[in-house]
Amino acid sequence: MENIVKNETRRDFLKVSGTVAGGLALGFYLPHGPKMAQADGGGGYASPNAWVRIGLDNVVTIMVARSEMGQDVYTSMPMLVAEELEVDMNKIKVEFAPPAEVYINALLGGQLTGGSTSVRDAWEKLRKAGASARMMLIAAAADDWGVAESSCKAADGVVMGPGGKRATYGALAAKAAQMEVPKDVPLKPASQFKIVGNVRQKRLDTAAKVRGTAQYGIDTVVPGMAYAAVIMPPMIGGKVASYDDTRAKNFPGVKAVVQYSRGVAVVADDYWTAKKAVATLDVRWDGGAMANVDQRAIWKGLEQAAEQPGAVFREHGDVDAGLAAASKTITSEYRLPFVSHSPMEPQNTTADVRSDKAIIITPTQFQQLIPHVVAGATGLKPEQVEVQTTFLGGGFGRRVEVDYAIDAAEISKAAGMPVKMIWSREDDMTHDSYRPAGIFKFTAGMDSSGKLSAFRFHSTSPSISSRLFPSIVKDGIDPFAVEGIDNFPYLADGGMRFTYQMHDTGVTVGYWRAVSHNLNAVALEAFIDELAVAAGKDPIQYRIDMLDMGSTKHQWSGLSAGVPVGARMKRVLEEVRKKSNWGKKMPAGRGQGVAVMEGYNTVIAMVAEVTVSDNYDVQIDKITSVVDAGTLIHPDQALAQMQSCINFGQSACLWQEITVKDGAVQQDNFDTFRVARINEAPKELNIHFIKSDGVPGGLGEPGTPVVQPAIANAIFAASGKRPRTLPFTPENIKAG
Amino acid sequence: MKIAFQVNGKRTSVDVAPDTPLLWVLRDTLGMTGTKFGCGKALCGACTVHLNGMAVRSCQTQIGSVAGQKVTTIEGLGGNHRVQRAWMALDVPQCGYCQPGQMMSASALLAMNKNPSDQDIDAFMSGNICRCGTYPRIRAAIKAAAKMS
Repeated sequence: MENIVKNETRRDFLKVSGTVAGGLALGFYLPHGPKMAQADGGGGYASPNAWVRIGLDNVVTIMVARSEMGQDVYTSMPMLVAEELEVDMNKIKVEFAPPAEVYINALLGGQLTGGSTSVRDAWEKLRKAGASARMMLIAAAADDWGVAESSCKAADGVVMGPGGKRATYGALAAKAAQMEVPKDVPLKPASQFKIVGNVRQKRLDTAAKVRGTAQYGIDTVVPGMAYAAVIMPPMIGGKVASYDDTRAKNFPGVKAVVQYSRGVAVVADDYWTAKKAVATLDVRWDGGAMANVDQRAIWKGLEQAAEQPGAVFREHGDVDAGLAAASKTITSEYRLPFVSHSPMEPQNTTADVRSDKAIIITPTQFQQLIPHVVAGATGLKPEQVEVQTTFLGGGFGRRVEVDYAIDAAEISKAAGMPVKMIWSREDDMTHDSYRPAGIFKFTAGMDSSGKLSAFRFHSTSPSISSRLFPSIVKDGIDPFAVEGIDNFPYLADGGMRFTYQMHDTGVTVGYWRAVSHNLNAVALEAFIDELAVAAGKDPIQYRIDMLDMGSTKHQWSGLSAGVPVGARMKRVLEEVRKKSNWGKKMPAGRGQGVAVMEGYNTVIAMVAEVTVSDNYDVQIDKITSVVDAGTLIHPDQALAQMQSCINFGQSACLWQEITVKDGAVQQDNFDTFRVARINEAPKELNIHFIKSDGVPGGLGEPGTPVVQPAIANAIFAASGKRPRTLPFTPENIKAG
Repeated sequence: MKIAFQVNGKRTSVDVAPDTPLLWVLRDTLGMTGTKFGCGKALCGACTVHLNGMAVRSCQTQIGSVAGQKVTTIEGLGGNHRVQRAWMALDVPQCGYCQPGQMMSASALLAMNKNPSDQDIDAFMSGNICRCGTYPRIRAAIKAAAKMS
């Protein structure tokens, strides 16, 4: 189509502004994916840059280069572009971007959705993309009209000039895309925002999700496609020894039985046939190194590793002398189990692998990696692999892994046809990369007034990054293993030392919503409550009095901002004290507990109110939370993310535990791995955001850890029991 | 074996094994992917549809037992059903994957209980898991839908 305007030389113009300093480079580099083929191809539109397509029919399409897994990037990210582009949010279209270097997340170093980084990475970048495109449209109009650019302005998809001149973006698009890309792109002050912060803004994906038309990975249909069901080794690290496909091949509708790296797949005309046939394969397994391992041995290994000194990740003063000088010392040990991601949509991928190209359609958080791993698995070159990202039926970190895309590609190649591979819930839950289990030891010294004087922390857990991004693991420290405590916000003038002991249990571990904040900050904020009680102080005031109001710079965890948080923590604690009616009289069996945390540059305080029955069953009556997340882009969905995090954290805190027997994960569905249901959700959620024009903090994750120690501390207040082993089942509470 | 039944008011017939779950007939045979697969064991409710107006888990409903009966799916709710309007007004979905099942349960609840209490909602909706934790909005949307005509 001759109207298509390519802007080959300019499309990467925002790369420089995108690679801001301070990002956590994950230390791997991926060459180009398919080179913007979709952003520049197609027809009937012009692209001033990689995020904006202006149709000659005036339809503006905004590309979203992050995966929509519920956290609202499908709306919040276009809001940033639209704010500066001066277009109506109700008139835009949204498309998911293909993998391309221009879309790399500067905070993560890859085109990857995670770490509560989407909006934080986009905050300047996407507003600049919108502003730059608007300036080019204005420049095109001014040039057409022979007037100064400064005499023109843009609103609602139209450029207006002197004397009532008007031109739509569509009419200007072709020329605009050829205008000089502006070097200096000023942005609106917050006082002029019309879209950012709009409390009435609706999600753009709601209608499709309510009508059942939203396309998730599992809904993919391509011509000539067959369905694959799989059987994988139950033992972690197991392998197929043998199988008998005689019966499976006789099922009407079965097209192929293929062995692939990880298991055996039956490919059939429909999923149910494939599923029935796969059950007849009589597979024998080589159990592998984990075959005789059970959960007790895993804990024993962690206990032994915990005796090692570990690597120091934060230290000041002489903690040993500080502890020796303390008038009182408190020692405590917390244990947290493996947990599964279990998003509602089981893992799946549709793969069409041919001799010269492959198309991979998949619900992924890491589209950029897929061409490379599929190339490795199929013998193709990465540039021969096209990746299409669908809506994700939940992610929570599970879909940072690309294992299921590799599996589907191998199956398609072996079967010689396009294949939609669908995992059963059992496949999914027993082949997850689990939130690490760990042991967390504390020793604190306090002076005669009860004030913290020395602090010692030692954690022992598996390292996720050692497998996924080994280059970021240095000197025994995985930055993702020390989150949630490397930013320890309290003073201990007599000395502090924090150590981490890496220990591989053999169980595959992965990034689970808020990652190690769920370990370190959960244990820490429960322990701080122990100190407050030992000191005879009010837990909120005790925290406020101990806050380090100076720098609490993160030494390791680049996903938080590295800014002082003392003042923000004080504020949310003071606010939550008021909002929760802290210290109010409560009936027997009921109690309040508090916790506070900074993570992803968001500061959250929470007060949980729980009822603990005589049998130690816990009901969450109310959660009050005060959140300082800086500027809120989409306030209603900021609230939704807090609601979501609380729910996710509650399930892990009260019920969830993955255990291993004979090398196999024992929990395989929602009966044995419990997820909060509507009747179990907190009876009341009371969530407040601090009004702020600070830079946005992340919201997809940080509420998840905070609710857990708040519940732990409320359980203590309600029952006098101090459980230190999660989940807080009646047995674990009773033992506390 | 041909099995005839009604889907969303239209007569249809499929030639599949009678033990095939209704879920997979809807998704694979009829290409109606609004009904979701979540657990395969009636533990999560993602696959909920109406069978003669009653909410059932389609992953546990063999197609052989559906012969001659009426099935309604999320596609058949029509898009303008009060439950869907309430879900849109409150922006209930996050990832959205469980929501067709949630709405099919909610619409069945409202069909037999005009003004459900919190306890009624708890009892009827506890079979539908939402991993994103949209429960506060689901509860509010059911109450809002109850007030709509």
